Amino acid sequence: MRQALEGSQAIAQAVSRCRPEVVAAYPITPQTHIVENISKLVADGVLDTELVSVESEFSAASVILGAAAAGARAYTASSSQGILLMAEVLFNISGLRIPVVMTCANRAVSAPLSIWNDHADSMAVRDCGWIQLHCLDNQEAVDSTVQAFKIAQDTELPVMVCMDGFVLTHTLEVVDMPEQDLIDRFLPPFKFQRALDPKRPITQGALVSPDFFGEIRHSHHAAMQKSAAVIESVDADWAALTGRRCGGLLTVEGPADAETGVLALGSMCGTLLEAMETLPMDRPVKLIKLRCFRPFPEAALREATAGLRDLIVLDRAVTPGLGGTVGTEVKGTLYGTDPGPRIHTYAVGLGGRDIPLDILPDLVATLDKPVAPFGVFDADLEKLAPEDR
Amino acid sequence: MTDTSNATRLAELRLKHGRPPASPAEPSAPPRDKDLRKSQPRFRGLEAGHRACQGCGEALATRLVMESAGPDVMIANATGCLEVFTTPWPESAWRVPWIHSLFENAAAVAAGMESAMKAKGHRTKVLAFGGDGGTYDIGFQSLSGMLERYHNVLYVCYDNEAYMNTGIQRSSSTPHAASTTTSPSGKARMGKRHLKKDLLSIIAAHHIPYAASASVAYPTDIRRKVRHAMETEGPTFIVIHSPCPLGWGHDGSVTIEVARKAVQCGLFPLVELERGEVCNVMPIRQPQPVSEYLKLQSRFRHLFNDKDPRALEERQHLQALADHNITLFNLRGDQADPMDTAGMDTVRRGGPVH
Ligand SMILES: Cc1ncc(C[n+]2csc(CCOP(=O)(O)OP(=O)(O)O)c2C)c(N)n1
Ligand code: SF4
Repeated sequence: MRQALEGSQAIAQAVSRCRPEVVAAYPITPQTHIVENISKLVADGVLDTELVSVESEFSAASVILGAAAAGARAYTASSSQGILLMAEVLFNISGLRIPVVMTCANRAVSAPLSIWNDHADSMAVRDCGWIQLHCLDNQEAVDSTVQAFKIAQDTELPVMVCMDGFVLTHTLEVVDMPEQDLIDRFLPPFKFQRALDPKRPITQGALVSPDFFGEIRHSHHAAMQKSAAVIESVDADWAALTGRRCGGLLTVEGPADAETGVLALGSMCGTLLEAMETLPMDRPVKLIKLRCFRPFPEAALREATAGLRDLIVLDRAVTPGLGGTVGTEVKGTLYGTDPGPRIHTYAVGLGGRDIPLDILPDLVATLDKPVAPFGVFDADLEKLAPEDR
Repeated sequence: MTDTSNATRLAELRLKHGRPPASPAEPSAPPRDKDLRKSQPRFRGLEAGHRACQGCGEALATRLVMESAGPDVMIANATGCLEVFTTPWPESAWRVPWIHSLFENAAAVAAGMESAMKAKGHRTKVLAFGGDGGTYDIGFQSLSGMLERYHNVLYVCYDNEAYMNTGIQRSSSTPHAASTTTSPSGKARMGKRHLKKDLLSIIAAHHIPYAASASVAYPTDIRRKVRHAMETEGPTFIVIHSPCPLGWGHDGSVTIEVARKAVQCGLFPLVELERGEVCNVMPIRQPQPVSEYLKLQSRFRHLFNDKDPRALEERQHLQALADHNITLFNLRGDQADPMDTAGMDTVRRGGPVH
């Protein structure tokens, strides 16, 4: 049913319809409305789940770890400092190959303190071994949330669904909320082969010597790579059922013969798409919308960038001393492709700075000049003391 | 009138936290065969052949806990010696479902497991195990949260009074004046400067249904306390004094004697609490001087240097702490009692007292 819902409210309803058996979460802006809405659904008797109001994000992640290990469908949500506090558990969850789902309402990481959106939190845990999906709008966030439970179950890997804090979580949009029976058809009850069970005792989380560690890491990496096919097929199944796609691993929008590409993730893509449609452009531009950041879709990226002369990669976070994470990874992926595009890497929209439509023509205008080093594109260096520029 | 209604309200509150009655799962009996050891009626949740040091108090305590807890359990184990010596992949000494996640989250992982059991209507009891580091220090927050939220979890702390797994570093449970690798004794210092944290009092402040201290020197007492905790609905906590021959500096053959002396001198009182109130203690038949306990262990060796005036002073401090416990918990028995430190000494007597 089409409804006007705040992003967080929509996520809470979607989670609720996925019938989680255990939900554990700790409040942090801008994730709070998700937990509050879930709590209300529980209080109103709409959602029958064990809601564990933990004393920290560390425990939130630990509780869902334990719950899923014991065979229950489990969910949490967090942001920023909360994601970083969870970091140790996030690595642990994926290393134990425990299928859980988390919403990351993306927010900048302190210091300086900021409650507003960027991707520093999810980028900081890019190596934690979770599948990481990014959403363009609230419809995609809802659909990706439902898909995430299916992907987690099918791959026995944890899934993080990233949605931009405030930009999506606090925005009222019309979304088509999938009905309960539709979700029930799509998402079977939770089953976990390795669940702890006294009838079939197993040991999880043993100490692994150098004789086996490399092999186990290899198999984790291989499982992540294999999950790419599952992510695509789950999206296709969802499309067959609802007529809506979230964009598999990545999608390309715009004129096929464009020689200029812009790659971005999350709600930035919405802004860029609108700019492409509404602003006059010197030259045709196509958008590469990266939905799946982990596993990193290398083959799809090579295909999507074939024939490009210039590729602009936009990050919403900075790896100080290097540049942008996505930009660096795109460069690595396209290294050796001949003829590869010239790659321009920038960060934009940090700490909640608005990304205006005309950022696109501004970016395209730089292409006439030699490739500039990485920089924060929308930073006004005049605001800094000369020695800090 | 007020009293009755208050009691009723409290009883309601406790019931609210409990689970709906369900038929208890049939615990599968361990298979019997001709091997005498294997045909013991006890449940061997922790198998022999693990890699603990000889005379490890923690290994012994865990075996006793598992025997009493039985097969219908699942365990969340914090990082530490117990986790390391029982699960060198691809081997495992556990015959029950067991998971190790991290150092500081055993209580939270157990809370999640228990929530899953609740959601599924299963009665399997969830246990959480941690060393003193994982309990008194780094895992304390998640422990407090688990107790406050009233999860039906038995948390057992194997207290060997230091971080043994990483090589004998001090914890907040290390006794005053004990020498560890991060509180060594030397010209300027007499071992650990601070006192052992009174964890049980903090646990008591959570007003959980049952909490107790126990010692590997008293296996019958451990079994009784574990069984009581297993039968109790809601969060329960047991801390078991578990000497570590490596870290305390004593021979592996005297683990029980060391543990016994700690109880008999009053430094490690054995008490039980219900809803935060002391409801039972193990009386000490004849309190031993603290130095009888200290002198068995090289971690206190610097307290027996006759040329150092600080040595006697620190021994007196430790004696004062033991005396304080004896007074606080009223541990001095007036007469021989089958339930006192001598009567309950089933290790020395070779069997339980009836
Ligand atoms: C976050 C974190 N910090 C430090 C460690 C290193 N570490 C592993 S076990 C341990 C000490 C364990 O001590 P305790 O809980 O007393 O158990 P014991 O080994 O004495 O049985 C430490 C410090 C860790 N695993 N995780
Ligand atoms: S170091 Fe101590 S606690 Fe660890 S296994 Fe050896 S005796 Fe047991």
